[in-house]
Amino acid sequence: MDHAALEKLPKGWKSIPKDLNSDQTAFKGVNWGKAMMWIFLLSDTFIFSCFLISYMKGRASVVDQWPNPSQVFALEVGGVPVPLLLIAIMTFVLITSSGTMALAVKYGYERNKKMCGWLIVATALGGLTFVGMQAFEWSKLIHEGVRPWENPFGAKQFGSFFFMITGFHGTHVSIGVIFLFIFARKTLRGDFDRGDRGFFTSMKSDYVAIEILGLYWHFVDLVWVFIFAFFYLW
Amino acid sequence: MAETKKEQTTTHKIGIYLWIWGLLFVLSFFSYMVDWLQFQGLLRWTLILTFMFLKAGLIMMFFMHLFWERYTLVNVLLWPMTAIACFVGLMVAEGKYTVFTRLYYFVLGS
Repeated sequence: MDHAALEKLPKGWKSIPKDLNSDQTAFKGVNWGKAMMWIFLLSDTFIFSCFLISYMKGRASVVDQWPNPSQVFALEVGGVPVPLLLIAIMTFVLITSSGTMALAVKYGYERNKKMCGWLIVATALGGLTFVGMQAFEWSKLIHEGVRPWENPFGAKQFGSFFFMITGFHGTHVSIGVIFLFIFARKTLRGDFDRGDRGFFTSMKSDYVAIEILGLYWHFVDLVWVFIFAFFYLW
Repeated sequence: MAETKKEQTTTHKIGIYLWIWGLLFVLSFFSYMVDWLQFQGLLRWTLILTFMFLKAGLIMMFFMHLFWERYTLVNVLLWPMTAIACFVGLMVAEGKYTVFTRLYYFVLGS
């Protein structure tokens, strides 16, 4: 559906029953791949919510003292422990990569192959940095004796929630990084300029693929916002 | 022709992205400051939740383009979140009950 046809459709709340009852595509002007990515992200939201809610319920119902994340995740700089330093850097790295991804989507739609491709590479490098720092954090905590079943700081449940939630998020980041590199290669090769057919589909490719990839990457950043607030700051 | 039309619908000025990017940095810095300054109690929780929802909202509205999408997609995505909110409410009550029974039987009752 092109821009002019979209403009003629009703807007606001009235558009919802009209769109849903139109006996055609419900999500007008939205590429099918983008709609499917949104639905996948919605289901992923439910999975992450289940993890965070079970963490909340677990933490609320333990009798022992919950470990103080401000101290557990402190990093020594010149002999002085700085609270949450690594986590703060990881947050900034992920936000930076989210920003470069948003710009990549913009340049993609402007058919600026070079800028789009290299911004995706920058995003992927940010993601790699994030995963690297997470691996460092995991090995540090494992070295200090944190296990899914026990830890030296307090309530035993801390370890299992930590490894489960950050591990699942880290897996998402890693998968994202792999796809970012694949799509950076596709972009710089000019696949989307020519409309080359993809690996799994016979449909013509388009720069909308970058926006779909961007949606996934922003979602990973979005989940980190919640993990940062509930697990590290709370 | 088709390309120029496409540009009108899907690209936005670079300034919007840079503004949101900057705001996200500032909000992250503020939420880190909540821990740095060791705010405690109700103030801490309010600030954490405020910065969290502001950041999440900015990312979804502008980086994920929901601000420019049609209402149908936005509503289909956001209404299921109320189910999650209900689930959170249920589990808060459940958690309080569990810790009550644990304290009552394990700590006081033994």
